[in-house]
This record gives sequence, C-alpha cells and structure tokens, in this order.
Amino acid sequence: MISADWSAANKKRAESLLAAYPERRSAVMPLLYVAALEHGYVSEQAQRDVAAITGLTAAQVQAVASFYTMYKREEVGEYLISVCTSISCYLLGADDVLMAISQETSTPDGEMSSDGMFSIEHVECIGACGGAPALQVNYELVEGVGPDKGRELCRWLRDARPGVVLGDEMQQLFGGRRSFDWGPAEDIGATAPVPALDAFGNAVRGHAK
Amino acid sequence: MSTSILTGRMNARPTDSHTLAAYEQTGGYVALRKALIEMDSAAVAAEVKASNIRGRGGANFPTGVKWGFLPPTFPRYLVVNGDESEPGTFKDRQLLERDPHQLVEGVILAAYGLEVQQAFIYIRGEYAKPARRVERAIADAYAAGYLGRDILGSGFDLEITLHLGAGAYICGEETALLNSLEGKRGEPRIKPPFPAVEGLYAKPTIVNNVETLSNLPWIVGKGGTTYAGLGPETSAGTRIFSVSGHVNNPGNFEVVMGLTWRELIFDLCGGIAGGRDLKCWIPGGASAPWFVPELHLDIPVTIDDTAAEASMLGSGAVVVMDESTNVVGAAHRIVRFFSHESCGQCTPCREGTTWLENVLARILDGRGRPADVELLLDVSDNISPGLKWPPAQTTICPLGPSAVSPITSILTHFRDEIDAMVGALEVPVG
Repeated sequence: MISADWSAANKKRAESLLAAYPERRSAVMPLLYVAALEHGYVSEQAQRDVAAITGLTAAQVQAVASFYTMYKREEVGEYLISVCTSISCYLLGADDVLMAISQETSTPDGEMSSDGMFSIEHVECIGACGGAPALQVNYELVEGVGPDKGRELCRWLRDARPGVVLGDEMQQLFGGRRSFDWGPAEDIGATAPVPALDAFGNAVRGHAK
Repeated sequence: MSTSILTGRMNARPTDSHTLAAYEQTGGYVALRKALIEMDSAAVAAEVKASNIRGRGGANFPTGVKWGFLPPTFPRYLVVNGDESEPGTFKDRQLLERDPHQLVEGVILAAYGLEVQQAFIYIRGEYAKPARRVERAIADAYAAGYLGRDILGSGFDLEITLHLGAGAYICGEETALLNSLEGKRGEPRIKPPFPAVEGLYAKPTIVNNVETLSNLPWIVGKGGTTYAGLGPETSAGTRIFSVSGHVNNPGNFEVVMGLTWRELIFDLCGGIAGGRDLKCWIPGGASAPWFVPELHLDIPVTIDDTAAEASMLGSGAVVVMDESTNVVGAAHRIVRFFSHESCGQCTPCREGTTWLENVLARILDGRGRPADVELLLDVSDNISPGLKWPPAQTTICPLGPSAVSPITSILTHFRDEIDAMVGALEVPVG
C-alpha cells in the first residue's frame, strides 16, 4: 500500500521501487525522483510523501533530499540547463557559455526565469570532458556547445518548446565535438528535470526528425 | 598496443553495440555459459585473481585480493560503482552507453564467483542516457534468462537492481556509496570495518568499478593468465584513458599500459591544439598531482611508474593544459570542485577546502596578498599533514587531501607565476 496521494501510475512505480531493495529505506532516492515528477519538484509535501511511503521520518527524508544537488527543493523551470564549469570545460571556455546562456534567458546562475521556462545552474563535472564545453538540458547531454550555440539552443527551446527533451536532437542541432561516437540517434528523452528512466516514468518517446 | 578488450564491440558494431542481439552475435554471454556450466565459483574467482587486474575506479587495488577479503558468511552483496564523477573522467560513460551487456555479463560472472545473489549497479544521476541503456540491458538479460532464477539451468540465482545517484561526487567513495544505497546521506564511513567485512546493510560487500567488471567476460573467456600477460606485470591489461583539455584529439583511448606520456599526448591525442606548447597535465584525475614536460614526458604510463613520480594514474583521466593556461585559475577550479563536493563531516576538509577556494579566488581577482602562499600551504598542511605523497589525511576519506594536490602542484612547478600574482599587487609606498 502506497500511503500517498499520487497518480495510479506513480503508485505502481513506487511499489516496484520498494520491491527492488532488501530494505524499504533504500528506495528513498528513487522515490524522491518520482515525487519530483508528481509534484513538479521536491517540495516539502513531496518529502512527506516519501517519508510516509518508506516509513522514515520527514527529517530523515529531508536529510537525504538536502544532501544531493539533483533534488530541487524549490520550483524549477520547464528546462533545467546545467552548464558544466569543471576543469576540462573551464579550460575550453565554459564560463563564457554559462554567461551567454544566463544572458539569453535573462536568468542568473542558480535561478529560475520569471516565466518559469528556464532554470540555469553551473554544475561540476558531468563526464563529457572530451566534448567540452558541455551542458545538459533536463539531464540530456549536449557536447561541444560554445556560447553562440548555447544561445541558439535557448532560443530554440523557447520557440520549439519540446515536450520531450532529446539529447540526440539537441546534439545534432547545436552540438559539436563529442567525447566519443554516440552511435545511432535515440528517440527517448526527458519530460521534466528528472533523469529520464523507465523506472521513474520519465523516459518518453519524442518527435526527433 | 591496439588490443581492445573493452571497446572492440562498439567499434565493430557502431550502430547497435548496446543491444542484446549484437552482444550475442559477437561472443557475448559465451563466457557466462562456460562459467556456469564448466566452472565452480572458486574457479571463476581464481581466474580474476590470476589476471592481476587492478581496480579501475581510481585506487588501483588488486581486484582478486579485494575479493579474498570476504568472510564465509551470507548473504553478501556485489555493488557496481558507476558513480564516475572525477573531473576529467568519462570512460565508464562510454562503457555503460555503448556496451551495457558487457557490464551486465561481468556483473553476473562476478556474482557467481563471489557467491552473491543480489547485485546493485549504482550510476550517477546525471548519466540518464547511460542508465537508460543499462536499465534496458538488465530487462533484456532477465527476458533472455541471463538473470533471475536458475540462470541457464545452472541453479544459480541473481537479481540486479539499478540505483541512480543524485549529484554527489563523494558517493564514488565506496562507503559513501553504500550509505547512499541504504537511503542515507552519502557520507563516508570510518574504516575499518571495510565493506568486504561490513558493507551494505552491514553485510559483506564487494564494490567494483564499471570498467573493472567490464573486463570479466574477456578474463573468464580467455583466461586470467592471458590477461596478466598484457602489459607490465603490475599494470596488467588494457586501460581506458580519458584525455581532455588542450589536445587536438580528446577522447577515450583503450591501450595496453606501458606507453610513454609523450606517446599518449602527442601520438594518440595528436599533440597540443593550435600549435601551442604543452605546459602541464594531470595524469590521473583531478585528485592527482600534476606532471610537467621537463620531468615526466618520457615516463611510462603505468600505475607504478606514475606512483614513483609522486602522483597517480587514478581513474585514468588525463587533463592537458597548454602554455596559455593560467595555472592558478586551473587550480582554483579544481579546488572549487572539492570544496563543493565535501560532504561536510570532517572539519579540516569542510573548512579547509573552502579557505583554499577563497584564497585562490582572491588571488585571481587581483586581491592576493604576499602572505597568501604561506596561508595556502598552512591550510593544506592541516588537511594533509606534511604535504607528502601518498598523502596523509586528517579526514575520514581522501577527498580533502585531493584538494591539496593542485595547490602543491602549482607551488612546486609554477611558484614564480603565483608569486608574481600576489607580489605584483603590493602598492608602492608614497
């Protein structure tokens, strides 16, 4: 029994996540992702829901939620743009990319745009160093993105307003050098700033040409 | 040099190496069949021991020796460390994304060798696409009878659970990873007890890196001694180096260890971009002390030769910087990383990394003071007493001392540059 007022589909996901571990508490991390999809972000209610489902106290769940940067405990934009500014990306001009994207979206680093469309953040290494500078939109990767392409990407997101963010589509349109050959394009992506996995219900087919 | 154990399939099958069909068509799951039918658990573990493979996550600890620490108690767990987050490292991402079944087969082989019936694959949260590929591979492996109950009629059972991180570098430290997997903050534990004795849910647990386990189908298929015969005795096998920064051809390169740094940077990676000169490079991830061309170009790229020069091969991440690099800026960027990723448990790391970041930032801002160099050394010494290599630590885990590496590197090799930055700011009197 899932003791939270969630959609039937998310309750089902919660049940399989609980069943995947020998101890209920282990499901707290994946459940926080599902809760973020249910509530739009990891709100206090989302944390209380996860506490009720796992049998933890709200404080125990908050301790976890506040430790990890990918649990957004404040409202987050439709498109979360995470610009890597760690060493390899830094050496290849990442600070300029961050500034360009921040200007294009009129959104300071670490904040959400006033219309709720974008959140902008600088992040530590995302494992795309061979394709530096790199960024992610809703955790879908684009490599080899300089300041100009970064601006174009923001304008495209604003105009095309994709319901599903596809890494391969963005890479084709705005990306450059990649860390390695990605292989064939994939038509699966993210609907929200939560990693696009089947287990969370966020791996959805897109519309890439 | 062109031996490819790990990346052969993705090169041969560029469009579908990640699928079960392509994996099976190219020899996949053959080693597993052989192991389950012809070998007992001890024989599989013996092949891993004989291979002399050393862990590819960064610590380079011999995998067979680590496995030998397990006490004879059950249940026990196998945990795959796919939290790849060391700045400069992107090899596991390629293995997860392009050949996920190779890892899954490696996990099943390891689990059989270790007599484990529940394994976990922990992948960092930002690796959504690699995790999707593994999620799919696990589902396909269940459907094909490679996972679950009575695998291939052998009587061996194994469940694999995929677990996603959520943005914390420290979870790559194995005890932090176990806490994270238990649904807690990713804070490293005091050792001992080591995970082999008391790990996940306080049960014996082996934690191995993605690249390490991806080698197992080859090792079990071709024999551990064949693997041990590749490369230098104490750096057996191939390794994937992730090269980034100011080189013409960055990327992942799978090579037999033992080539020189000159060959790696100038032959494999095409030398320095824009015709500029090489200034320095990080030989093994952001935690490693830096190398410079005057001293280190002709040293062989092996675990022990790198250690003998007071650095480490770590995770195999090579970050190359050209002559135009502001080394104080580069050091600041690395220190900022460790400061951000400090879990906050230990005061020397939590406070020390913050101070190091702030002092470097003010030097970069043109507000440095002549005494700042001594201050950097003093703070560093409080995190890692004696500033030696391998580093001493006043902390539970090595994250704090890692932040000291870029400081000692620039002070050893580029002292004049930082002196100029802080000294030039003295305002003439009168």
